Amino acid sequence: MRPKRRQKLYLSLGLIALAAIAVGLTLYALRSNINLFFSPVQIAAGDAPFERQIRAGGMVKEGTVARDPESLDVEFMVTDYVDDLEVRYSGILPDLFREGQGVVVVGELQPEGWLRADQVLARHDENYMPPEVAQALEEAGYSPEDYQAKAAEVGARMDAKQQGASQ
Amino acid sequence: MGKIWSFIHKLGSPKWFYGISARLMPWFWTAAVILLLAGSVWGLVFAPQDYQQGNSFRIIYVHVPAAFLAQSIFVSMAVAGLIFMVWKIKVADMAAAMMAPLGASMTFIALFSGAVWGVPTWGTWWMWDARLTSMLILLFLYLGVIALRGAFSSRDSGSRAASVLAMVGVINIPIIKYSVDWWYTLHQPATFSVTSRPAMPVEMWAPLLIMVLGFYCFFIAVTLMRTRSEILRRESNKRWVRELAGDQG
Repeated sequence: MRPKRRQKLYLSLGLIALAAIAVGLTLYALRSNINLFFSPVQIAAGDAPFERQIRAGGMVKEGTVARDPESLDVEFMVTDYVDDLEVRYSGILPDLFREGQGVVVVGELQPEGWLRADQVLARHDENYMPPEVAQALEEAGYSPEDYQAKAAEVGARMDAKQQGASQ
Repeated sequence: MGKIWSFIHKLGSPKWFYGISARLMPWFWTAAVILLLAGSVWGLVFAPQDYQQGNSFRIIYVHVPAAFLAQSIFVSMAVAGLIFMVWKIKVADMAAAMMAPLGASMTFIALFSGAVWGVPTWGTWWMWDARLTSMLILLFLYLGVIALRGAFSSRDSGSRAASVLAMVGVINIPIIKYSVDWWYTLHQPATFSVTSRPAMPVEMWAPLLIMVLGFYCFFIAVTLMRTRSEILRRESNKRWVRELAGDQG
């Protein structure tokens, strides 16, 4: 490689490296602001501000969803399996909302420690499976949160069975 | 190894690139059409529904390939920019210029299909989460590269400015990729990874893989085609182009 080109190559790579360091440091400094939500542990530790709009995220705890039959009011606990956060919400929940499902709730944290939600968003995970597989899992006695872990495994078993049958 | 190097060297010659791309292009077009047709029919009609999301899950067959391509095209553009800056290979710059609008469209498709998908699953079409925001920044980077190239009266200055922006902007790509691992986001982690089995059964991921391959073939075919016409445009006063035009006209 000619010296001039080598110099240009180093200059270009150096430019990229410098920019990467600058961006990396900025993101590192802003890391807590980039997180979309506080987890119940962080809220229990007092990291989240009161009476300002915040977002909290976690799983809807099994058996804690209490709907008011007269209105759209609903109460549930959001958990990260260490701490729990009580959430009260009035409105329409997304289709994917259910016990054991990941959610992000937007609202204000009250001094008593519960959260008044203005908006409830459902998170979903990277696992997908056909309804028949989900039903088979349920019949085999797995609870919803086992679905995800088992999904890949069952998928693999089904693939193997299909391959075995076709051979 | 020597053979590969001489192939890469020859690619730098506009005339040689024009010749070889004419032979390669039909293969990529054919592959793209077959894969995209097969993948969409399989994915949109025959693949099973998701147990939670039902049919809206099928957006994955457009969303994921578009997002893959949006990022891959930016990386290709940055590599082409580096080759142009260091080795002064003009074909690399032409290819980079031709890739940018396609990359911007793919980024838009990924963002738009994600928003449409977000309404039924998340309950919102937009959230300032790290994955969505970094993808929006990618769209702005594409638009910036396109605008910067056109903002100079001399083509060479425009090319150099666009190359530098593409090279620096490539830092955004690992941020997009790892945003879902580094921070809490609304967006779920990656469905596909090189190291582990996809988190879905084969009848769901096989059409997705076909769609991804189809999108890549489409990208290569379009880039070859557009670079060929850009070569003719920029080299229009070269003898070989005149001879070519004379032969046909």
